Amino acid sequence: MTDLTSLGVAQLRDGFRGGDMSAREIADAFNASVAAGRGLNAFVTETPENALAAADRADRDRASGALKPLSGIPLGIKDLFATEGVRATAGSRILGDFAPPYESTVTAKLFAAGAGMLGKLNMDEFAMGSSNETSAFGAVVSPWRRSDGGNMSLTPGGSSGGSAAAVAARLAPGVTGTDTGGSIRQPAAFTGISGIKPTYGRCSRWGVVAFASSLDQAGPLARDVRDCAILLEAMSGYDPKDSTSLDAPVPAWEQGLSSDLKGKRVGVPREYRIDGVPAEIDAMWERGVQWLRDAGAEIVEISLPHTKYALPTYYIIAPAEASSNLARYDGVRYGARVAAEGGLAEMYGATRDAGFGAEVKRRIMIGTYVLSAGFYDAYFTKAQRVRALIVRDFARAFEACDVILTPTAPSAAFGIGEKTDDPIAMYLNDVFAVPASLAGLPAMSVPGGVDGQGLPLGLQIIGRAMDEQGVLNAGLAIEERSGFTTRPEAWW
Amino acid sequence: MVSAYRVTGATGDFEVVIGLEVHAQVTSKAKLFSGASTEFGAEPNSHVSLVDAAMPGMLPVLNGECVRQAVRTGMALEARINPWSRFDRKNYFYADLPQGYQISQLYFPVVGEGAIEIEVGEVTKTIGIERLHLEQDAGKLIHDQLPGQSLVDLNRCGVALMEIVSKPDMTSPEEAGAYVKKLRSILRYVGSCDGNMEQGSMRADVNVSVRRAGEPLGTRCEIKNVNSIRFVQAAIEYEARRQVEIIEDGGAIVQETRLFDPDRGETRSLRSKEDAHDYRYFPDPDLLPVELDEAFLAECRTSLPELPDAKRRRYEEGLGIPAYNAAVLTAEVETSRWFEAMLSETGDPQAKAASNWIIGDLFGALNRIGRSIEDSPVTPAQGAELLRLIADGTLSNTLGKQVFEIMVETGEDPAAIVEARGLKQTSDTGAIEAAIADVMASNADMVADYRGGKDKLFGFFVGQVMKAMAGKANPGIVNDLLKKAFGDPV
Repeated sequence: MTDLTSLGVAQLRDGFRGGDMSAREIADAFNASVAAGRGLNAFVTETPENALAAADRADRDRASGALKPLSGIPLGIKDLFATEGVRATAGSRILGDFAPPYESTVTAKLFAAGAGMLGKLNMDEFAMGSSNETSAFGAVVSPWRRSDGGNMSLTPGGSSGGSAAAVAARLAPGVTGTDTGGSIRQPAAFTGISGIKPTYGRCSRWGVVAFASSLDQAGPLARDVRDCAILLEAMSGYDPKDSTSLDAPVPAWEQGLSSDLKGKRVGVPREYRIDGVPAEIDAMWERGVQWLRDAGAEIVEISLPHTKYALPTYYIIAPAEASSNLARYDGVRYGARVAAEGGLAEMYGATRDAGFGAEVKRRIMIGTYVLSAGFYDAYFTKAQRVRALIVRDFARAFEACDVILTPTAPSAAFGIGEKTDDPIAMYLNDVFAVPASLAGLPAMSVPGGVDGQGLPLGLQIIGRAMDEQGVLNAGLAIEERSGFTTRPEAWW
Repeated sequence: MVSAYRVTGATGDFEVVIGLEVHAQVTSKAKLFSGASTEFGAEPNSHVSLVDAAMPGMLPVLNGECVRQAVRTGMALEARINPWSRFDRKNYFYADLPQGYQISQLYFPVVGEGAIEIEVGEVTKTIGIERLHLEQDAGKLIHDQLPGQSLVDLNRCGVALMEIVSKPDMTSPEEAGAYVKKLRSILRYVGSCDGNMEQGSMRADVNVSVRRAGEPLGTRCEIKNVNSIRFVQAAIEYEARRQVEIIEDGGAIVQETRLFDPDRGETRSLRSKEDAHDYRYFPDPDLLPVELDEAFLAECRTSLPELPDAKRRRYEEGLGIPAYNAAVLTAEVETSRWFEAMLSETGDPQAKAASNWIIGDLFGALNRIGRSIEDSPVTPAQGAELLRLIADGTLSNTLGKQVFEIMVETGEDPAAIVEARGLKQTSDTGAIEAAIADVMASNADMVADYRGGKDKLFGFFVGQVMKAMAGKANPGIVNDLLKKAFGDPV
């Protein structure tokens, strides 16, 4: 029998339905893979019994002819999602051993669709980071290595670093991630897999630990575009418990997949050509353009004039919201509490000092600053205005094109520790990802090739609001032409 | 318009300028952003949802009923209703605030400028309303149950409040008192707040400053969380005097937040402007803007009851009720409801008599037994029946009062009381004439005195006859027959 962990979501689903394997066998294979992959530090909590229980239900359901869309599929869940009775850490110490008494809407939907849970995935603390190094549970190590033989440990990107590493290393066929400013797309690019951030509001934020509420969106990471479509379909849907949820039906994305792009126009934004980006990235972008042309699309040059302001705008709005969202972690009701001499303020101080890592503290400080009296208009108000201009940029661009193609990140994966001391260099990693987040648009990363070191590079497709289908289809067209089959060799 | 109220200092008179921010708990079953109950007096932490406790990943969902109540209140205040409003976060740390921020409306409140008419003495004055916005209440800290520890009760946390901000249009403690009273009355008419100040459903932040006549506004101090009308007035009196003394001593008023201590009748500094929080308000990204459509606004408008000012005018002009009575009957919604229920039995022509009876007899009795009109032992229908029995001569006024006393005591119907106790007034002229003959016979010397010109004795004879008739004789007939017996012109 083939190694079950070499199969993706669609293959497992179809094989399970066809009786090629039992759900129990699938769960056993991935549970073993998770255990064998501990060296990657991708999981902070393993839940093999949960995966097995779901598998047994799936086997019974198959026997009784009551198959569900994700019956037999075990998934990894980013530790930002509340999972009932299972510790949810958000990659932070401050939540202690907090096990929520409730299930996030997204995971509840996945489980109701028949999926099981292999465990909770490591991530940058409160999703703040682009390398997974800010996790209180230690950095995730990418399964990828440079071909220089140096065996340097690379980051899988972040913040959904555990998610990306787990898929790339075949510890899970698919996983959930969240994306606030590139946290699904950049790790997908770094690890040679696919990941989609849907339109803001597609996936309910209820039960997802908040980082920056106006930007946070859940989405799947998986091996290919079809798997992403399957998972996203199960995760999406209107939720009255989230006021910003999209009240719109969920299209049948998998069924709608088509790599024929005849009649479609693909926009290439000139402002995404920026100095200092390696030539290999530009070359990959050029190849991507050619693949989409080959798929029948018309290529048009477009302008997104406010692109250069997107990153600074993001680093005002996201920390501002975070500084407020993270105020609830005060040691009073749940999570860790550090006692301190004095009163309430001292307890708050001691708890938050011990509970939060340096990057989270930095962003709370930035956010507090930009919202302060005297600075609010200069920073927050201005950032809100620029955000509106960025939204307008995209609206105008989409008059001339149907999807936009850009690189996902300005580099391939970097080494653990290489950028730790330079927050700006770290933040620059999200320069291509952040504009779509600010505009709430669907965007995905698909593998576009490898660099000279043999490391994966990603292509990003940005679509109109609600047009995940257009994004997935362009992604599929690239996937079919890129011939990207490279996989990291299992050294762990 | 400035009232005559002045604080007289050593160097002259000072005017007082007062503005109020009233926090009124919205009448609604569920909290502003969660489904938890708002019931008062429950076991600590028994009405707390995951949202109220600010569990990770929880999101607020706006309770439309609270918006409706705020809009209806705004309409009752003749205020501008903003079809587009928004919620902001007010950020600060405290153990009674699980989210670390209060969701409020700083920049775009749901209700804008309006006005309230108040009366102090004979003077009517309009007090401007600056705005009305919705916000969450905080929880409660209990400090005295465990040594060295504080307990948190989140039952109140997240309950909807309307903050109603007046313009600084009041110039005396009486005006401030009248404003709170009138606002409370309107809220209770509308049904958007029960106005219960003892339970904390309504409390006021009082802004006070003083100035010499003609001078610009002085620096103000804010007295937080004053929870009765009496305390509002006492706090203003104290605070105004305190500020005058400081100014006259050559000092300057420091803008600060103060607390009123009702036991000592004084205000104390809580924190100065320098210590004031920077609340870092910004739009709450978890919530969409509130957009009100025409249908919603129309429903709010048609659901409004007749309000106290309009009702009072109608009582005076439409029903011919004296101005004072109309004012008293409309001051509280329960009184007007009781009155109108009674009126539906008596008919409008009896409106004046009914109003007199309620304000005189009923209020007197309720006062004596310490009950409010809502739990009066006498129903409006019973009141109406009593008035009818007096009007049709079944009962004299005196008998009416006797019957009413029994009604208050037993809650029985007046007709049943009259029947069971034989309290019916008699107009039986034969019996009355017999009683008159007896009285005249046994008081021959008085009869002589009366006939000799001592007119005042007439009352004595009336009293004796009534006594002989056990109070049940129709007094008009007694009068007539007595005069006839004495040969006086009738």
